[in-house]
Amino acid sequence: MSWVYFSGILIMSGINLLTVLGLSLLTGFTGLFSFGHAGFMAIGAYISATMTMKMGIPFIPALMIGGFAAMLSGLLIGKLTLNLKGDYFCIATLGFGEAIRLILDNIKYFGGARGLPNIPPYTTLTNVVVINIVAIIVLVFIIKSRHGRNMVAIREEEMASQVIGIDVFKYKMMSLAISALYAGVAGGLLAHYLGYIQPIMFKMVKSTELTIIVIFGGLGSVSGSVIGALLLTFLPEVLRSFYEWRLVVYGAAVILIMITRPQGLMGGKEFSFKGISKIIKRFRNKNKDDGEVKS
Amino acid sequence: MSVLSLKHVTKKFGGLTAVGDVSFDIEENEIFGLIGPNGAGKTTIFNCITAIYTITEGEIFFNDKKLEKLKPFEIANIGITRTFQNIRLFKNLSTYDNVLTACHKSADYGVLSSIIRIGKFKKQERELNDKTAELLKLMGLWEYKDMVASNLPYGLQRKLEIARALALNPKLLLLDEPAAGMNPEETLQLMELIREIRDKFNLTVLIIEHHMDLIMGVCDRIFVLNFGVPLAQGTPMEIQGDKRVVEAYLGKQEDNNAEG
Repeated sequence: MSWVYFSGILIMSGINLLTVLGLSLLTGFTGLFSFGHAGFMAIGAYISATMTMKMGIPFIPALMIGGFAAMLSGLLIGKLTLNLKGDYFCIATLGFGEAIRLILDNIKYFGGARGLPNIPPYTTLTNVVVINIVAIIVLVFIIKSRHGRNMVAIREEEMASQVIGIDVFKYKMMSLAISALYAGVAGGLLAHYLGYIQPIMFKMVKSTELTIIVIFGGLGSVSGSVIGALLLTFLPEVLRSFYEWRLVVYGAAVILIMITRPQGLMGGKEFSFKGISKIIKRFRNKNKDDGEVKS
Repeated sequence: MSVLSLKHVTKKFGGLTAVGDVSFDIEENEIFGLIGPNGAGKTTIFNCITAIYTITEGEIFFNDKKLEKLKPFEIANIGITRTFQNIRLFKNLSTYDNVLTACHKSADYGVLSSIIRIGKFKKQERELNDKTAELLKLMGLWEYKDMVASNLPYGLQRKLEIARALALNPKLLLLDEPAAGMNPEETLQLMELIREIRDKFNLTVLIIEHHMDLIMGVCDRIFVLNFGVPLAQGTPMEIQGDKRVVEAYLGKQEDNNAEG
């Protein structure tokens, strides 16, 4: 396996990871399911590609502009749909994602269905890794603050959150906006890695893939999302040699996880060295004085 | 000065009048009981006060300010909070996190300062944690702080819900059947606890309850509701002696002489 191929897969999983991190905040921590995140990626990809190609703006600012454009569209969609309860929001995001794709299909400026070619290849493994590390730190810091706790409270019990003074709508908007920002930046990275983008890349299948990764990794776990994104991007590549069967195996792997661990790989827990040492300690104690130690 | 006053409050669901023309005033630092048979509309009144329902007619005043067009979270922010009849905890979070989350109004750092983690973030987070610890110790929940809320025994879940409500520094606390599912001993402890938190936090308490021992023992005044309409109001002694109340709960005494 050549390094170029390997680093290519790493970049792709990094891009997926960035979107999944945002989606994890929305789905795993705030409890809102989205099937339209490919739409946010598309907005980020097209806007940032236009910025670098046609406006001559440097890469990082262009990525940020793409991200903010996605965030703005997220706020707009949120304003209109976040008052919907439960599954209705999910349907609305599905519609949003498809609408974005169809709109891009019909805009001549963006090349219509044929897409945008010749995007400068600015995305490298280094900047993907750096952006992902920053993204993880920011996400963890938000989650471990009062704002993150409020989001989790909304996931757990919406009525009780209101009664303790949490502005549910505001926090849902915040979560959606951050999530869309992440997806937008990831879209920008994707555009500048592949060198061309087409609306068909941002189909609903892409959105569901992202949601599957979040659920696979475990709702409410950042480390679960990281592991999920890496595993599920690598898996289809590893299976590339038996071409016809790879989607079957992919599906089987996901179903297997759902049956054996319905709470996802990490099941809402975070990976930490403290946790591991705790498990080891418990294991040792069990061996030492079996029967005495409860639970 | 009355903390909460309801003036001719009516709530209709379609043709059904769940609460009809209810008026009462609750004075500061008072423990006010709201009783009545099942389906009398007690919880509906709670939902009206906390803006979960909008009232059909009438007015509600809190500290002489009219409550109108407020959302439930705004009601919480002006100092009214409640517990629920069917406990609504953050089930998958630990006892500690349940209370810590509810403390959020005691801090005001923004999203950015939580990302950068400088300035007031650390100081305020420490204050939130101190406050959580203090509340848990006061409510006797400290030893259960790492337990997931849904695994707590029923009585402790009720206590945790009260602790979570207290985390907001409320002025008025609405308790919806806090003793439901508790044994007599726990009910007695709860009575003490309600008095204790009233004095410590300088609270006014409005309480719905079916345990008459608790209501009669702890309340300063009681309001009786029957089929959505007011039946009686007064001190526990007065209510106990009120014939109409006894009738509403136990039914009319049969007139033995009326036979034949």
